[in-house]
Order: sequence, then C-alpha cells, then structure tokens
Amino acid sequence: MIRLGIVGVGKMGLSHLSIINTHPAVQVVGLCDATSYVLDVMNKYMGFAAFGDYRALIDQAKPDAVIVATPSRTHGEIARYALQQGIHVFVEKPLCLSVAEGRDLAALAVRAKVVNQVGYHYRFVGAFQNVKRLLERGVIGEVHSFRVEAYGPVALQPKGGTWRSSKIEGGGCLYDYASHAVNLANHLFGMPSGVGGSVLHSVFSKLVDDEVYSTLFYPGGLSGQLCINWSDETHRKMSMHVEAWGKNGKLSADRQECQVYLRSGHFPDFELTEGWNIRYTTELTPPVRCYVRGEEYSAQLDYFVECIESRTTENVNSFASALETDEVLQMIESDAALGPRTTANTPPAAPPRPEGVRETLIRWLGGGPDHRRTS
Amino acid sequence: MDRLIFGDNQFFGVNHMSEEKARAQAMRFQDTRSVIEVLDAALDEGIRTFMCTTHDRIAEVCNHMRANPTRYGEYLFYPGMPYAHKYNNAVTELGMLGAVKKFLPQGRLLEAAFQGGMAFAKKDVERLMRLLIDAEMKMFEGLNTPVIFLQNVVVDFLMGLGFKEAFRVFALHVQEQYGAEPGFLTMNMPRLLDLLEDVGIENPIICASINKIGFRMCGGIELYEKTIAERRFRPIAMSVLASGAIPPREAIEYVCGLPKVQAIVFGASSRENIRQTRMLVEEMGRPPATFA
Repeated sequence: MIRLGIVGVGKMGLSHLSIINTHPAVQVVGLCDATSYVLDVMNKYMGFAAFGDYRALIDQAKPDAVIVATPSRTHGEIARYALQQGIHVFVEKPLCLSVAEGRDLAALAVRAKVVNQVGYHYRFVGAFQNVKRLLERGVIGEVHSFRVEAYGPVALQPKGGTWRSSKIEGGGCLYDYASHAVNLANHLFGMPSGVGGSVLHSVFSKLVDDEVYSTLFYPGGLSGQLCINWSDETHRKMSMHVEAWGKNGKLSADRQECQVYLRSGHFPDFELTEGWNIRYTTELTPPVRCYVRGEEYSAQLDYFVECIESRTTENVNSFASALETDEVLQMIESDAALGPRTTANTPPAAPPRPEGVRETLIRWLGGGPDHRRTS
Repeated sequence: MDRLIFGDNQFFGVNHMSEEKARAQAMRFQDTRSVIEVLDAALDEGIRTFMCTTHDRIAEVCNHMRANPTRYGEYLFYPGMPYAHKYNNAVTELGMLGAVKKFLPQGRLLEAAFQGGMAFAKKDVERLMRLLIDAEMKMFEGLNTPVIFLQNVVVDFLMGLGFKEAFRVFALHVQEQYGAEPGFLTMNMPRLLDLLEDVGIENPIICASINKIGFRMCGGIELYEKTIAERRFRPIAMSVLASGAIPPREAIEYVCGLPKVQAIVFGASSRENIRQTRMLVEEMGRPPATFA
C-alpha cells in the first residue's frame, strides 16, 4: 500500500484526491492546506487527517508519496522538502516560477531516485499521444511549422478571488495556462532554441496577463506559434488545438479528434492513406480505472502510482522535462518585455543578392535546394 | 418512466467528437426558440421527457412551458444539477468557498441568504447542500420533475472523496422537498451502485454511459453487463452511440438487448433524427418500461 499525502486542497488538490482515493494500491494518510475551512469539512465528513503545515504532514503521517497542488510560488519549497525525505512527488504545473530553482529541484529529484512528475495532463490525452506517434513515424514528412492554440473562460473580469490573479503567486495566463501549451509543444517538437515576437496582454485582469502569443524557433528551420487566451468565453472549458505542417501533409488535433492529411504514401500501421484520415477520441483514448473529469486526469495519476510501484524514476513529465517548459516560459517573458524589435523607423533589411550564373545553372539542372516549378 | 428521454448536450455546444460541430450547435441553439423548436419536434414524436442540466438558458425553456400549460401539461423534466462548468469556472475564478457563496441564495431572499451564511459559517454541509439544490431547482417551479439527478461530475467527484453523506442528503432532500425520486449520473456505475446500497438508497435510478464499445464505462463492459444482469437498480443508458462512434442501429440494438435498462437518453437536432431513433427503439425494443 502506498501512503499518500496531499498538500493543497483547492480545486486541483480535491480533484486529484477524488481520483487517487479510489486507487486500490493507495491509502491517503493526510491532507494539508493553509486555510482550515475545506480541511475541517474533509475531516468532519470524510475522516481525512488534516494538517496545517506540509512539514507536519510529511513528518507525522509519513507518506511514501505526496501530491503538491498549492499556488505555483510554493511548489519549489514543498517539493524540495519532500525530495529531501526521499518521498515520491507529483507537483501541479508549472514546476516552479524560477528556472534556477527548477534546475536545483530537477537535480535533487534525480539524486533522490524517486518518481518526480508534473501535472501536464495533455500528454495523457489520447489524441495528442497519437500526434506524437504520428510525428515520430514521420507520416507528414519533415515538419516545417506548427501552431499550438489554447482558449478558455478563466479570467473574464478585472479581479479574481484567488491566487490565480496574482503574478507573484504564479497567476496569469503565461505560467498558469500557456504552460500547458508550451509543454505540449516541447513534447511534440522538442526544445526551441529561441523565441521571438512574444506578446503578453491583459484583457480583463488588472495584475496579470490574459493572452500569450509567441513564435518558437528551432535549429534546422522549424518554427511554431503559440496563441493562448484564457479570457475567451466562447469555449466552455480549456480547449487545446495543435496543427503541424510537414512536406508530406498536415496534422490537426484537439482533445476530440485527430485529423491527418497525407499528400502521398500509405501507413498501414496507422491505417493512414493519401488524403484526409480522421480518428476520434473514442478510439484514441484508452479506458481508465475511474473517471471523474476527463480520462487524462485519471491516467496521469494512475501512471504516477504505477511508476512508484515499478520504481521507474525515468517517468513522463519528469521535473527535468517540466524544467524545459519553465525555461521556455522565461524566454517568452523576457522576449515580451523587449517589445517590438522592428519599428516604423527601422531601416529596411538588405535586399536579396541577385542570382549569379552559378545559382542559375544549378536551378536549371534541378540540383538546388528548391526546384519547384514557379510558372 | 418513458422509454426514450431527450437529452440536452446538443443545445450547449457539447460534442465529444468534434469542437467544430460543438461550435456549430452552440451557434444554432443560441436562441432559445430554436431549442424549443427541437423539443417540440420531439414532443410531436411522442418524447415528453427532457433530461437537462440546470444551465441558465433552461430557465427560459421552463418559462415557455409554464406559459403554455395546454401544450406542455404532461411534460416531464428530469433536471440534472448542477451545470458543471458553471461551478468549475467559478471555482477557478473565485476559489472553492467563493464559488459556494456565489451560488447560495442571495438578495431578495433574505431569510435564505441568512440561512446560507449561517450554514456556511457552521460548516453545516447538509444545510448548504439543501440550499444549493433549492437554488438549482428554482427554475423548475410549477413544472413536473419526477426524478431529479445529480450530474456525473459531482457524483463521481463526491464518490471519489468518499463523501457518502452527500448522497444520503441529496436523496432525502429531493424526496422531502420535491416529492421526486433521486437519480445519479455516473461514469463509474458498478462502484456507484455499491456506494448507494451502502447508504441505504435502494433500487436506485442510475444514468450511466452504456454502449457497445465500452466508452466511459469504468470497470469495463463485462462488469457493466454483469451488474445490469444481476443487481437491483434502475439503469438509464446514455452515450449509447458513444458520441457517434457506433452506427445507430447497432447502438440501439445493443442497449435494447439489456432487458433491465429502463430508458435511453439521446440527443438530436432534427425531427428526422428524432424519428429515426424512436423507430429503431420501437423496432428493437419491448413495451415501455414502468417503475417497479
């Protein structure tokens, strides 16, 4: 039996508790929160042991694993203490708000040889897992551009009532929402070498950003765009959409479906043929043990338990991989602070060099990098 | 209980297969008159039970039905509470306690507001639940609500927490206050049945995903079939088409082959589709089930 504690019983903490509490291999040994109201109710009606301090929970209830679902600013401190005691840690996203702190934590997690996972649940969405497999198989050929979009109705008025509307606590669209999109982009396309054209806008919020736009650049010429807006009430809940263009076609996926267009070729292992191929969530989503609010939430926690049971410490969504997400978030923040790099007064870029005799010959002979006919 | 129950997902941009279709539906049904047109088409096909969330726009449907008692006198609502995203988004924005406060009775209902404040202060969850149920039920005043459901997000969440008391309070309150039977939506039917039996809710009405491909049937299709065959409860099947993954004939044939299933919840946006579903059920089904 895995003894598990939960630090932070707000929305995500309770959601995690509800899923993991029914796991046959898990015993919830204590809950911790800075405010006592929910804790008291949980104790009075459900009998959970309640702690006002995470150290007390860890020292007294002696869990083998903890879930940390506190405001983002406090993730680092709590995760560090748990790792120092040799406890497996699942922490809500983002890992932390400072890359330096994240680097220390990722290194500490490796030394502690425990399971260390961050709650980027989109990696557990069947349609996006399918996208990953399709990209690895190279079905759309060499990918040259992509776009990751996420929209939802989180901040629709100037001031919210929670830590999510405070920058210092880790609120704001970039760290609290766009982090999912950045993480998914990293997972599917790798770590970008740079970012540009980043914009952080406030729409309704007074103190935090509500929209994030950025271009990600990769070695080899790939580029991708992020478009994230958490003040869009045309969506019932967060909706994530990925599109990727390759030389042999296009991929378009959200939680519900995965559409693939192939210019040519046939991939029997994926049941893909030339033209459009569509697969739905019903066939892409593996069943889960217990469903509360989407298969991916259950799948990520059951995976955490599986990793603990099998002593696998090279798990998906490790601190090290979540640190890469934090690094990109920091790049976007720095880039956005610079504002536009090219303005109305910027002198025009040097015109392209006229084609020389050598280039013309190569083009005629069809040996150049681009020999498409341009009628 | 009628054999066919009309669902409301299509009216609120819920489509488990496609965001595009969901948006097209949200646009088509943004005017409540177009919702009522489809409900009328269903009624003309003999479908007079509507299982709906407590979305604000359902209140407009309720107003219309109250205003036309001749046409809708026999109409049955099966409210499913709450409209989950209303709560979920409020929790993200206001926090857990802020959200509870937001949905407690306020304003003119001074007495209720006072009771809510007291119950909140005393952490009297039973009283709070009763007030929240009343707030959700307000829109159905004067209409027939023989079964009142708790939505699956809430059922499965509370079940996960092990908050058994909440189920007892819900069942008791809808019986006492509304003379209705309690119903429960879930994606974890066998486990829920264990829990409901445990708190003494006998022969419960459980609305669960029941479909040929096992979509959102936690515990697995075999356990579902065994539970349906062997245990005492009144199952209602939803997600019968698994969001369109199963062709209608095959889907209905499967569910009609499970004798204990009392009713089928389905959504449709056109009279033609409503008629097709009705005819399929008539062809494969047996006479409408009645409450035991």
